[in-house]
Amino acid sequence: MKELVETLAKALVDQPEEVVVNMIEKDRSVLIELQVARGDMGKVIGKQGRIAKAIRAVVKVAAARQKKKVIVEII
Amino acid sequence: MKIIEKIGKTIDEAVDKALQELDATRDEVDVDILEEPSKGILGLINVRPAKVKVTLRDNPSKRASGLLKSIFHSIDMDIKINISENERTVFIDLEGNDLGILIGRRGETLDALQYLLNLAANKNQEIRKKIIVDIEGYRGRREKTLQRLALKLADKAKQRGRNVVLEPMSAQERRIIHTTLQGREDIYTFSEGDEPYRKIIISPKK
Repeated sequence: MKELVETLAKALVDQPEEVVVNMIEKDRSVLIELQVARGDMGKVIGKQGRIAKAIRAVVKVAAARQKKKVIVEII
Repeated sequence: MKIIEKIGKTIDEAVDKALQELDATRDEVDVDILEEPSKGILGLINVRPAKVKVTLRDNPSKRASGLLKSIFHSIDMDIKINISENERTVFIDLEGNDLGILIGRRGETLDALQYLLNLAANKNQEIRKKIIVDIEGYRGRREKTLQRLALKLADKAKQRGRNVVLEPMSAQERRIIHTTLQGREDIYTFSEGDEPYRKIIISPKK
């Protein structure tokens, strides 16, 4: 899942080398923290969070396959 | 952009090797000849292979399929990606087992994937192409369902003489409904609200 968020984020931003992804696993849920360059924030959030929502939807597929809940936070 | 260097007995051979590795065709790449081949003297002394630099020109469909491959790799799903394209649109059809999970409720996940692919593949590109992702004919089936729904609700609006409000839909789906009911004399359609909650209203003509 971490790899997936990283792949998606790197494909969207202008400075892929600044993408940092952290994964904190708990019992049944996973928290993924996505960090990008300041100027790239808009590219992973989008108007009214549309891009962030799309990222979460795709990551959810990966999580569902592992029967886990996932929270993707952009920090 | 991908660049690789290859050597071969002839320039053609070197280029072919590079194309194979890049999974590309001749018209998708630029070739620079770094070293001409030399047969040497009697084919013994000073034999030099040809050396070429092959640059794969970036295009939206390559980017899209590359991204899809890495997405599916990290989800650990075995999915076949079929691509066809014309001047303005790239059509991607996915084949595999258990792809319902990728479609999601009313195609939500599929739309999310399509949206991200459009953004990523057209990022900083001069030539932009619209990317449409489909899974085993899902979009075609959904279109038929929406057309049936449109006709049914149009009749309902006419019968009751009242507005019928549909649930929120994507622009793509709203268009199918508008188009289906375009020719009708007894009702008209319009949309109301802001994305992503924009919805269609079917209203009887007085």
